[in-house]
Amino acid sequence: MQPPAEHVHWLFATGVLFVGLLLLAEAIVGREVWGRRRWRAYLWPALVFGLGVLMWPVMVFYTNSTVHMLAHSAWAQTMMLAGAAELGLVSGKLKNEAWRLCVPLMLAVSGAAFLIHEANPWLYSRSAFVHHACGWILLLGALFPLGAAFKPRSWVYAGGYAIVIVAISIALFSSRDVAPVFGHLDPSAGVQHR
Amino acid sequence: MTQYATDFSRTRIRSSARAVAVLSLGPLVIVAGIVWAFVQPWRVTLLHPYDQGFWWLAVEPPLLVILAGVLFHAFVARPLVEDLEEPG
Repeated sequence: MQPPAEHVHWLFATGVLFVGLLLLAEAIVGREVWGRRRWRAYLWPALVFGLGVLMWPVMVFYTNSTVHMLAHSAWAQTMMLAGAAELGLVSGKLKNEAWRLCVPLMLAVSGAAFLIHEANPWLYSRSAFVHHACGWILLLGALFPLGAAFKPRSWVYAGGYAIVIVAISIALFSSRDVAPVFGHLDPSAGVQHR
Repeated sequence: MTQYATDFSRTRIRSSARAVAVLSLGPLVIVAGIVWAFVQPWRVTLLHPYDQGFWWLAVEPPLLVILAGVLFHAFVARPLVEDLEEPG
């Protein structure tokens, strides 16, 4: 009854796409208009926190290797931390703006985890390519929320962060358990699925 | 035109441009999902549901993309544009 790994990627991709859309909308209208309805300000931090919680079952059930488990638990923890920090800031319980640094930390840790837990080279299979691509997008993309933590009104940083998240969702949607990438599929990867 | 009227009309144009941008996000995502469904119809297992496992029926990525676009447009984009067009 356990879903195939690609289905899990697609489910997370949907959540990540929604977070990306929320961030894009916030970047377009600005934080002031975005916060005019209280519930809206809680939306994406709560979703990030929820995705972090949902990462724990992934960590428990997809135990291909120790490094997989460690990578998934690192994601779970940093996603929950980033979501909780943003929730705390939105609710006013956290005052120090330095808590905004949890988001770039989440992206950097997630990117590093993607790169560390992918043992195969870029063109080994689609899955390997997606893991490498996600890793670098997240690592380099962490610069956008890092900049936004210091310049919260910058459209470039807020928009860049949103585009990074949308790019991650596209990469996750393109993930397949066994499929070629640009015509390459290592024979040791197995038989191609649909 | 007075200075006040010029500033006001510039603000209105900026707001309406942002409103158009926000309102186009959901439909763009919906169109992307529909295009994906046409390009890879075998990913929409509702069209051929026999002999499919539970997860292949439950998780159909083009439909998930369309769903994300619809939910965003209905519950986030529309109220957001109402707020955007209201004077602060």
